[in-house]
Amino acid sequence: MRVFWRDTWRVFWRAMRMSLRNPAWVIIGLAQPVLYLVFFGPLLEPLAGQLGTGNAYQLFVPGIMVQLGIFGAMFVGFGLIAEVRAGVVESQRVTPASRTALLLGRVLRDVVVLFVQAVLLVLVALPMGLRAPLAGIVLGVVIVALLGASLSSVSYAVALTVKSEDVMAPLLNAVAFPVLLLSGILLPMSLAPGWLETLSEINPFKHVVDGVRSAFAGNVTATDSWVGALITVALVVLGLWYGTRTFRRESS
Amino acid sequence: MIRARGLARTFTSRRGAVHAVQGVDLDVARGEVVGFLGPNGAGKTTTMRMLTTLLAPTAGEAQVVGCDLRTDPVGVRRRIGYVPQSGSSSPEARVGEELVDHAALYGIPKATGRTRGQELFSRLDLDGVWERTVRTLSGGQRRRLDIAKGLVHDPELVFLDEPTTGLDPQSRANLWTHISGLRDSHGTTVFLTTHYLDEADALCDRILVIDHGTIVAEGTPDQLKQRVSGDAVELELDDATRTGDALALVSALPGATDAVVDTSGATPRVRVRVPSGGRALPGLLRQLDAAGVALAAVDVQRPTLDDVFLEMTGRSLREGGEG
Repeated sequence: MRVFWRDTWRVFWRAMRMSLRNPAWVIIGLAQPVLYLVFFGPLLEPLAGQLGTGNAYQLFVPGIMVQLGIFGAMFVGFGLIAEVRAGVVESQRVTPASRTALLLGRVLRDVVVLFVQAVLLVLVALPMGLRAPLAGIVLGVVIVALLGASLSSVSYAVALTVKSEDVMAPLLNAVAFPVLLLSGILLPMSLAPGWLETLSEINPFKHVVDGVRSAFAGNVTATDSWVGALITVALVVLGLWYGTRTFRRESS
Repeated sequence: MIRARGLARTFTSRRGAVHAVQGVDLDVARGEVVGFLGPNGAGKTTTMRMLTTLLAPTAGEAQVVGCDLRTDPVGVRRRIGYVPQSGSSSPEARVGEELVDHAALYGIPKATGRTRGQELFSRLDLDGVWERTVRTLSGGQRRRLDIAKGLVHDPELVFLDEPTTGLDPQSRANLWTHISGLRDSHGTTVFLTTHYLDEADALCDRILVIDHGTIVAEGTPDQLKQRVSGDAVELELDDATRTGDALALVSALPGATDAVVDTSGATPRVRVRVPSGGRALPGLLRQLDAAGVALAAVDVQRPTLDDVFLEMTGRSLREGGEG
């Protein structure tokens, strides 16, 4: 086990070092949610009462945090395709290092990057008017980071399977957009007509968004918060299982 | 170092089954440099990927450095080095860090990895590139970095997959020197794939020729060449009307085979295969002179590995087509 964590640390640190060498990507990854915050957030302020809250950013910031988690993590596979092409993955797979460590080290790097981005997003949102309890913010950031672990595992697995950016890009977009639209990220799904709300109920990410919103509203121990957290944990388990299975597969 | 019996790999897809490797038997002794020669698609890389644990065989068994391929793949990985055809480093990474990080995956501490890496860089003429990024290296330097990564844990056996593909002639020659040095100076066993005949000829103690997933010939370069009967003697004639006389004389040489006239070029040529071109030539030249057959040029060619491949498979290795 010690060897496993040592290998995970080595892979994590190698990946982290590459990210630190290009911190611009962390900032660029934040650009879209910050733009939403700055250009879309003010439109919601007058509607706060209709949305059932006194603070529109309590609804909106959790949504774009989850969006950051979904988009930030789902696209990390592109980096792995470049590593496959450069022969890095094959040269690592012929070492005695555990296949799971080769995945987990990369996933942990993505979790750290997402964590930093989520914290920065909250820091940008606070002066704009976000009001939320610290415990709620902490739970929300943790949920987003865990969501990132799940989706980056899936992204790596898909990347190893398709090994082509041309296939990966439309595939991810085809999945990510319906997921986002049915998650109530921009506006709560409670505003949707019955059929749309019912449809969104089967989307696990909708419950994750609800959970983060509940936490930001100060209801850290409420059912919505815990359901969101539990679904996120389940997604982490599923994502890591799928990713590990793919990394172990011989032809990867 | 390697003992494989009946090693096979079949890929199945919706379009059907592809038998990439079909029952390969091979033995490699400690300290040998063995070449796996064949055209693209012959099964070289698939066999190497099986022997390096990257691909599971669908049939057969193999022991690599004393470890069973199926039951102890981690043991195999600890003891071998592998230099993949596609490279092994991120272009954005720093050269020295790549090497130390790779060593760490074998449990080698950072300081030891650094020391070993610098020794290897010195051996492989990579001094001065430690702090550079991989993308700034030349093609030859990148291949030597790949080799350094494959050797950083001091393996007993190293696999090189098409080590010089894509390199210019000077870099190829330079890399050959380093590959020869692995065995000569450090006793490392080398198993390499190539589709370059001159590379196999220059580097390998023994060659396995593979085609359509099966080994079609095996031996030292000289043993393989001896399978092709003799040397080729080619006479370029001054006078096209004397080809019949020249053909009659070369056909009468002891052990002569495959005597032909070639009039496709600007000057007529007569070719023949004889057991030893060097021995046959003086007498032949005297007879031609006595018969008044004037020559523009004479050439004697020793058989090449391509001739061996042609004889074994009925096609030229130089065609390089999908086998």
